[in-house]
Amino acid sequence: MVKILIVIGALFLIGFIIWWFLIPRSQKAVTAQTDVNHLQNVTVKVDGGYQPSTVVVYQGEPAQITFKRIDPSSCLEQVVFPDWGISEYLPEKKEHPIKIDTSKAGEYQYACGMNMFHGKVIVKKERK
Amino acid sequence: MTITQRFFFSLIAVIPLLINMIGMPFGWMLPGGNWTALIFTTAIMLVSARPFLHSAWAAFKNHQANMDTLVAIGTTTAYLYSLYAMYRHQPVFFESAAFIITFILLGQVLEAKMRQSASSAVEKLLDLQAKDANVWRNGKWQQIPLEQVQVGDLIRVKPGEKVPVDGVIIEGSSNLDESMVTGESMPVTKNKGAKVIGATINQSGTFTMQVQKIGNQTLLSQIVQMVKKAQTSRAPIQRTTDQVSHIFVPVVLILAILTFVIWVVIIGETPERAMMFAVSVVIIACPCALGLATPTALMVGTGRSAKLGVLIKNGEVLEAANNIKTVIFDKTGTITQGKPVVTDVVGPKQQVLEIAGALESDSEHPLASAILAKVKTEGIKISKVSNFTAIAGKGIKASFKEQEALIGNESLFTNKILSSSLKVQLTRLQDEAKTVVLVGYGQQVIGLIAIQDTPKSSAVPTISTLKHQGLQTVMLTGDNERVAKAIAQQVGIDRIVANVLPQDKAKVVEEQQKKGPVAFVGDGINDAPALTLANVGIAMGSGTDIAIESGGIVLVKNNLWGVVEAIELSKKTFQRIKLNLFWAFIYNTIGIPIAAGVFAKWGLILSPELAGLAMALSSISVVSSSLLLNRTKLSEEPDFADSSNHKFDKE
Repeated sequence: MVKILIVIGALFLIGFIIWWFLIPRSQKAVTAQTDVNHLQNVTVKVDGGYQPSTVVVYQGEPAQITFKRIDPSSCLEQVVFPDWGISEYLPEKKEHPIKIDTSKAGEYQYACGMNMFHGKVIVKKERK
Repeated sequence: MTITQRFFFSLIAVIPLLINMIGMPFGWMLPGGNWTALIFTTAIMLVSARPFLHSAWAAFKNHQANMDTLVAIGTTTAYLYSLYAMYRHQPVFFESAAFIITFILLGQVLEAKMRQSASSAVEKLLDLQAKDANVWRNGKWQQIPLEQVQVGDLIRVKPGEKVPVDGVIIEGSSNLDESMVTGESMPVTKNKGAKVIGATINQSGTFTMQVQKIGNQTLLSQIVQMVKKAQTSRAPIQRTTDQVSHIFVPVVLILAILTFVIWVVIIGETPERAMMFAVSVVIIACPCALGLATPTALMVGTGRSAKLGVLIKNGEVLEAANNIKTVIFDKTGTITQGKPVVTDVVGPKQQVLEIAGALESDSEHPLASAILAKVKTEGIKISKVSNFTAIAGKGIKASFKEQEALIGNESLFTNKILSSSLKVQLTRLQDEAKTVVLVGYGQQVIGLIAIQDTPKSSAVPTISTLKHQGLQTVMLTGDNERVAKAIAQQVGIDRIVANVLPQDKAKVVEEQQKKGPVAFVGDGINDAPALTLANVGIAMGSGTDIAIESGGIVLVKNNLWGVVEAIELSKKTFQRIKLNLFWAFIYNTIGIPIAAGVFAKWGLILSPELAGLAMALSSISVVSSSLLLNRTKLSEEPDFADSSNHKFDKE
């Protein structure tokens, strides 16, 4: 009887893991806000991943991503943008702006130091 | 709390548990028994392990899982189960959770230290810069901070000082040690008009320079930017691990659940023991080593090559360089110096050069500058001539010490006397593909000067080393077959392609690519299409400017040996990446079944504590393997001066 319960519990857990982690989920992209100095800024919370994981900026205007790392884990302390040669350490519980290159439109992936967590910057051609 | 603090906290708190564990077989236990274990483990879970738990929970909310998830699940399972077991008066496993946390933190502390030392190489380059400069301001020399120096400023640099920024010498001369930027170990002599590089060391004389580049425009900061980009880049080989890493952690969790179920339901083991196997699986599978394998090797490899003056643009180039079968060299400026020099003087040397120097002193012909350079190095004074006439396409005629003096090609000497011995010499030199000018005085041809764009001294050892490594070498040139052959013979190149128009260089590369991947070595200015088309484009720097955009690999120094270093370092780094990935994969593929108890029948099991230790060791071993790239042996750079003398002796 106990054995049957264990098997049912295990199957339930496995099903939950597959449903929770492995099914792709679409996430909303957040567009950067332009401040008085014409600087596009978007804040990304770093806590068990990047939130929002996709941000949008417009081409040709100066832009920055302000990372705010809440997560104490060393996993997320480094952020790497391979396309721009940026690799920076994010101080914990502080805002850390990183200037990004908006000269070319396109999608740019970034990740943590060990490439476990991913985020994306979309540089869009022009404002609608 | 930093990782180090968390590690030391758990190290201290784990000591009573360790004593307890060692004492147990001798029937000795800590006062308080399970309660003591509970208190210390709880402290470790709350203080040292809290960040793991926080991160795992935050990631979970994002539908993500990472190594913190595994650590958190592994330790919490052991901890909670022990609480339950304590309540039921059954054996407890508090120490498992405590040991796992301690070992994993130990691994992270060491790994962070090593990664820092791997990445600091580039930052150190920037520290090489001088902090201030002696600048001419308001009518006097003033010491001002580097940030205030502007383009066009005049700076005085004394012996022993660092050149603050990039510029050109306008007065004075000196020997400079440029090794820190270009990787060229020999000091370089620089005179008025020569470019100097910021952060290099002035060794002997005082000179005044005019500032040309400052801030992030300087060669040094361009190099640093390029290396930084390379270090954060991705290698194509990583794609597999990237794909795996997305599903890795959930799959491990499923495996752990299956382990538990199989042990309890099918084999009929006790739940405690089954749980230990499941926890071991979760802990040993942490994918850290896999994640570290490529970036750390890339970081160390590109950092080391930058120190040698070899800039590898990214991981893709590095991987491509690993498969090269053929190296195509451009001739002029790459294999050769790029400017003609006097190789032979036939006849009374002193007199021939005196006349030649006097006649050519005002000429701007490229051959004239070669002759004048030779006259200068021989220490011959340049005399005045009168009745100077330049005859287009033939040469120069003038009066020198009341007699007619001539210099030029054979057509200028049709009615002069050319002795038969000189005639023989003339043919011999022409057969060596040298440009020969004749020097006449009075009615006679008195001597010959042979001029050639000679190979760099580094060409012979470079090409022989490449051939030795099994690579085919090809030389491309716009010159005719005869000139090309002569140079090819001197440097020992396998194959030549002569009479190539500049716009056809890329075609030759394309042709050769049918037989395998090709590296093209050129100067980066005229060869951009060929450099881009080749699987690996290697751009030779002039020593002061680097053509960053054009090549996948940029050699800062104007020394061909860099080609050998570039290919060798790329190969070594790529091999290291493969080795790291191999070990990381093997570690997990062997580690997981052992942890799951597949070999338990034969007594081979892995307790959760040992799994924690093994997991820490695996990331440490991958990082140290990458760091060892700093010490791998490379082919020795031969002493070029000796080898070139030797070559000329033979001739």
